[in-house]
Amino acid sequence: MTPINLIVLSFVLFTIGAVGVLVRRNAIVMFMCVELMLNAANLAFVTFARMHGNLDGQIAAFFVMVVAAAEVVVGLAIIVSIFRTRRTASVDDANLLKY
Amino acid sequence: MSVLFWLLAVASVAAALGMIFSRRAVYSALMLAVVMLSLAVLYAVQDAPFLAFVQVIVYTGAVLMLFLFVLMLVGVDSSDSLVETLRGQRFAATVAALGFVLLLAVGVGNAALGDVAGLAGANAGGNLQAVAGLIFTRYVFAFEVTSALLITAALAAMVLAHRERRHPKLSQKELAKQRFLGPHPTPLPPPGVYARHNAVDMPARLPDGSPAELSVSPVISRREPERREEIEEGEKQ
Repeated sequence: MTPINLIVLSFVLFTIGAVGVLVRRNAIVMFMCVELMLNAANLAFVTFARMHGNLDGQIAAFFVMVVAAAEVVVGLAIIVSIFRTRRTASVDDANLLKY
Repeated sequence: MSVLFWLLAVASVAAALGMIFSRRAVYSALMLAVVMLSLAVLYAVQDAPFLAFVQVIVYTGAVLMLFLFVLMLVGVDSSDSLVETLRGQRFAATVAALGFVLLLAVGVGNAALGDVAGLAGANAGGNLQAVAGLIFTRYVFAFEVTSALLITAALAAMVLAHRERRHPKLSQKELAKQRFLGPHPTPLPPPGVYARHNAVDMPARLPDGSPAELSVSPVISRREPERREEIEEGEKQ
């Protein structure tokens, strides 16, 4: 298991997440794609930690996980409050500030 | 080790693709769970057992459960429409993705990745002890700031999810008065449960064959009006 394979896997997962954010319209699925991108970055961190032989990469991944958990809480609360006022979870329908 | 990597890589990439291509949000959540569990195994084989467990507990356990909870709250049938709102956006997204992968591949190809040092030295006293040692010494300030972040997030969630009551709560007496003085003092008609649709979202039929709107709970009919219309159209044909 060479590090280059793991790094490429993390790139591929990150790109799939980015494409998901671009093409999906459901706010919750877009949010899941953001989580996928964070996870891909974590994989790169852990791989680099093993490559360099110190644990700082693992600590960075740990802090990314903490921030991601806080972000999910706030993001889902925003989605729920948008759903409450507009009765939809689609990002196309939240367009009051568009024009 | 290599076999394990290829198995997990194929599984996680396939699950990630399934996540962005499945129309139902619940399937996407389950696919994301597959990706996260594969990544947890990859952490475990890369000498990061602490992160592997945190990944399973925090991501697969807490975050995905929160996602599923909100999905159920919002309505599981809120599937995406396949109509492109911006013309050519999917094509542009695909081109951008390919360009991005190419960019990263060229960048890594040019970088000199040295030999794997391995974590045997850093993990000598146990991975958990080593990680804790780093968190509570070199990264202790970041760790403390994290607590402020978590408190802020909890407060933000409470503020965003809280709803002020705009009207005073009706007492039982007032509710009874409203009902008996209103247009419909008798119990409401039950939903029409037929042999073909064994569901409470199907309206009962009035003697002249028209659907009785009162027989379906307003919560349900507000949530999925399109689906009911589809079913009724199918019945007519």
